[in-house]
Amino acid sequence: MKFLSEYRDPKLAESYLNRIHKDIRGSWTLMEVCGGQTHALLKYCIPDLLPDGIRLIHGPGCPVCVTPLEQLDKALAIARHPEVIFTSFGDMLRVPGSTTDLLQIKAAGSDVRIVYSPLEAVRLAQENPDREVVFFAVGFETTAPGNAMAVFQAQQLGLSNFSLLVSHVLVPPAITAILDAPDNQVQGFLAAGHVCAVMGFWEYEPIAEKYQVPIVVTGFEPLDLLAGIHHCLQQLETGQYSVENQYKRTVSREGNAAAQQRIRDIFEVGDQKWRGIGTIPGSGLHLREAYRSFDAEIRFEVTDISTAEDGECISGLVLQGKRRPDTCPAFGTRCSPEHPLGATMVSTEGACAAYYRYRK
Amino acid sequence: MCLAIPGKVLEIYDENGIKMGRIDYAGAINHACLEYIPEIEVGQYCIVHAGFAINMLNEEEAQAALVELQRLSDIIAAEDDHT
Repeated sequence: MKFLSEYRDPKLAESYLNRIHKDIRGSWTLMEVCGGQTHALLKYCIPDLLPDGIRLIHGPGCPVCVTPLEQLDKALAIARHPEVIFTSFGDMLRVPGSTTDLLQIKAAGSDVRIVYSPLEAVRLAQENPDREVVFFAVGFETTAPGNAMAVFQAQQLGLSNFSLLVSHVLVPPAITAILDAPDNQVQGFLAAGHVCAVMGFWEYEPIAEKYQVPIVVTGFEPLDLLAGIHHCLQQLETGQYSVENQYKRTVSREGNAAAQQRIRDIFEVGDQKWRGIGTIPGSGLHLREAYRSFDAEIRFEVTDISTAEDGECISGLVLQGKRRPDTCPAFGTRCSPEHPLGATMVSTEGACAAYYRYRK
Repeated sequence: MCLAIPGKVLEIYDENGIKMGRIDYAGAINHACLEYIPEIEVGQYCIVHAGFAINMLNEEEAQAALVELQRLSDIIAAEDDHT
């Protein structure tokens, strides 16, 4: 297919790998932030094909994985209301809450529906004026434009039966938190291509400067990933630390101005809890005061729910790149995609699921 | 999941006052909101995330990246011939 198969050309990939082996002499540790990139890297066996000294650590860029447990318990509490149609992306349905998950309560009679876009949830609210339609608005900067548009449209249509359960996270504060950790090992980053398609990459420039760390905006195909890794390693070998854009066909420095403006109109930046990691200051998006009437937590009075994690699951360490999934004693035995202990084994972007699928 | 398959716009239409498109992803057809890339026209490519086109695909940059990759490949092949 046009603009796809060309970036999977095995001959070019082999040449590029040869180039990396010729150019790179040192031992370096890089982190790919996005879970989609983690899956692509493992699918194409790229970590095994790199020079011995190169280590890839998988970052926290899996929205389903970092959605806090208490948000799941709030989702479950809201979805149990008989008047509610609870809508979500499919990935969230099997993520375990404290005692159950959305799929199980759907089987028990709750009206839980998978949607492809938040606008489908708005349409459901239009078509069902006697029901309350709630959308589980999780994700990074990539889903924020859609969720902001859903709120904007619901307001335009005068819908009073539509609300969002919000759990939005932002990439740059997470990168900063990783770099600030005293035991940080990451020396260079592959920045998430689609987050940057929305936000641009200007936010990363002060981070690269302050921490003297190279950041390369990278795409998702094998040649994109090899080029991103090569550029990042070349900067490390030559003592440089700038933001480079490998994914120019989709990303500009400024990003999508219209999408950023709509996000700013509807949401404001605030502190956010990440599952398995904890609270990172300024790393989340919350509904602005003017749009609080669309906040499902307030509407269904679930703001007080707070819960603790399962003790056996190490997903928090996996999300921070401190443990590899296959070093967990439960990996592939007590924890599998069919019976997950934690979100990183459920999501199609989770590192544990990627190792299970491509490495087990 | 970040779906990196570029979608080709087949049709543009209005729904509830919002610009929408019928998009072809390598043969799979679905709909997406085009409100954030209002300049897109039928026949052009975009990147869609969770039902929203988040940016247009820059065809010139896509071609330039491939030319650069091919150039690197040729350099490596030439180096190998001399070793």
